[in-house]
Amino acid sequence: MEENGPILEFEKPIYELEKRIEEMRNYAVTENLDALADEIQRLEEEVARQRRKTYSNLTRWQRVLIARHPNRPHTLDYINGMMEDFVELHGDRSFGDDKAMVSGLAKLDGRPIAVVGHQKGKNTKENVMRNFGMAGPEGYRKALRIMKLAEKFDMPVLSLVDTPGAYPGAGAEERGQAEAIARNIYEMGRLRVPIIVMVIGEGASGGALGIGVGDRVIMMENAWYSVISPEPCSTILWKDQEKAAARKADCAEALRLSATDLLQFGVIDEIVPEPFGGAHRDHETAIANVRKSILKALHEAGAQSVEERLEARLEKYSSMGAFDVVPAADDPS
Amino acid sequence: MAWFERRQRGLSPQKRKEIPKGLWVKCDKCDAMLYKAELERDFNVCAHCGYHFKIGHQGYISLIMDPDTFAETDSDLRTVDPLEFKEKENYPDYMKRYQKRTGMMEAVVSGTGRIEGRLVSLSIHDGSFLAGSMGSVVGEKVTRSIRRALDLEIPLLVVATSGGARMQEGILSLMQMAKTSLWLNRLSEEKIPFVVVITNPTMAGVMASYASLGDFTLAEPGAMMGFAGGRVIEQTIGSSLPEGFQTAEFFLTRGFVDQVVPRTGLRETLSRILSYFPDREKKEELEPEAP
Repeated sequence: MEENGPILEFEKPIYELEKRIEEMRNYAVTENLDALADEIQRLEEEVARQRRKTYSNLTRWQRVLIARHPNRPHTLDYINGMMEDFVELHGDRSFGDDKAMVSGLAKLDGRPIAVVGHQKGKNTKENVMRNFGMAGPEGYRKALRIMKLAEKFDMPVLSLVDTPGAYPGAGAEERGQAEAIARNIYEMGRLRVPIIVMVIGEGASGGALGIGVGDRVIMMENAWYSVISPEPCSTILWKDQEKAAARKADCAEALRLSATDLLQFGVIDEIVPEPFGGAHRDHETAIANVRKSILKALHEAGAQSVEERLEARLEKYSSMGAFDVVPAADDPS
Repeated sequence: MAWFERRQRGLSPQKRKEIPKGLWVKCDKCDAMLYKAELERDFNVCAHCGYHFKIGHQGYISLIMDPDTFAETDSDLRTVDPLEFKEKENYPDYMKRYQKRTGMMEAVVSGTGRIEGRLVSLSIHDGSFLAGSMGSVVGEKVTRSIRRALDLEIPLLVVATSGGARMQEGILSLMQMAKTSLWLNRLSEEKIPFVVVITNPTMAGVMASYASLGDFTLAEPGAMMGFAGGRVIEQTIGSSLPEGFQTAEFFLTRGFVDQVVPRTGLRETLSRILSYFPDREKKEELEPEAP
């Protein structure tokens, strides 16, 4: 483990160069060799060039890897990093408390706001406790409870999306995973207070959409959001396990799951820039960028009347999708 | 309307595929040999084990609706390829293959029709077309059925079967869950009843949106329903699932289904439910699609 956590495969050449520079520097100091200065400078320029090249041309699969980086800031990092007086609220009042979903009240820029969000862990132990950010029906119902609370007390809602999917377990199924997600989508459609959705990491399918309906939907630069994760997509298409593993990066490309793609499709409203190389390299900047974007979105959504807001929300989702309308006479069959 | 009429006159791909020619048919579930004429008389339900054969959208139209009252709508919507999806097979080629095989253009057929004289707006998934999966056209057709129910003030009926949201349209398929569910809010506000009939199988994105949002949720016996597929759950929990897990009967006992209704009683049950709501049909506004 390095300072920034595990090194992603495609970042290795950069790290190796950086390591060499470091070694040369140490060597130059101990041996008092000024002659190495030129070589060090040359290598530093090379690193800068490689960084630019790698990070300004990230493939969709590389972004998926960055979005999954264990040191990436997660929901509680954002809550603690940009809000004050957080009061976490537990439980769905029906079955239990889902630790893959956190919710509560906080103050952003001094103003009350209700927050819901998937919570991943930084290491295996935390991830086991958080179920890797895969919420069950209890999690979705807890989130809905807090959103209803926000509506009652006229507070806006911030939803932080970061999940590899809703939990596909037997208990989750038995307690109505599908119904819980459907209910949330439906209720978020008519919640009277502003809802700001920020996809901070992974936005996998119904598990993401279950807290993902809002007046402003924003994505971080390296987050991904799609109908299915690249791996199961590949498995469904290719059946064969080996082939599926070999094609998962191609599936990430085919699914068009990046923030830029979603902006083009009209599914999101804005992209939040990340520090060079990804949010995991500089939490402070990432959190500051997210905060700025949320404040702007809250300002915009807060300026609408309730009726305007609900009408605009319905209009926003009504326009999503792509199809042609043909004159009846052109019917080819 | 045109292609649908032609299908009614002769070709029936569902029947051709699932009920082989000849006098006898073997039950998919209990292997009993069934006399074809009798099976059809029994609404394609096995007389021995009660297994419900797949009957496609046409089967449900003739099962549920008053004869000759169904008028198809929104058949002018065409699927496009927003992602230019090319992994393994080009999406347009994939679609063409299913269109040729089934004679349908998409996985849902929408329209209006009457049940015991009562006009309803309906969308029927057809599992023979890409497992009834939901892309932009399916989402839009269901949305337009909801809007038609609102405009005409008539009840909404959805007969569901679907593997979920269609991955070849990526995020746009996922957003159909939001689009349909948000319009159902309006239906509630106007106090227009919405009845869902779950048929085998109804999973994932469709189950996690409108198929779970009915005022009344009926399900066919033995229909599989839920969020995740059985194999995925078994991989997650590392053991096999008990017999009957995720069936309509299972979800009835867990509180997610109002009634499990055999096909033989479906029309009567629907009619009885509708009888609780005043007939608000706006007759003058109904304009059937030009042939």
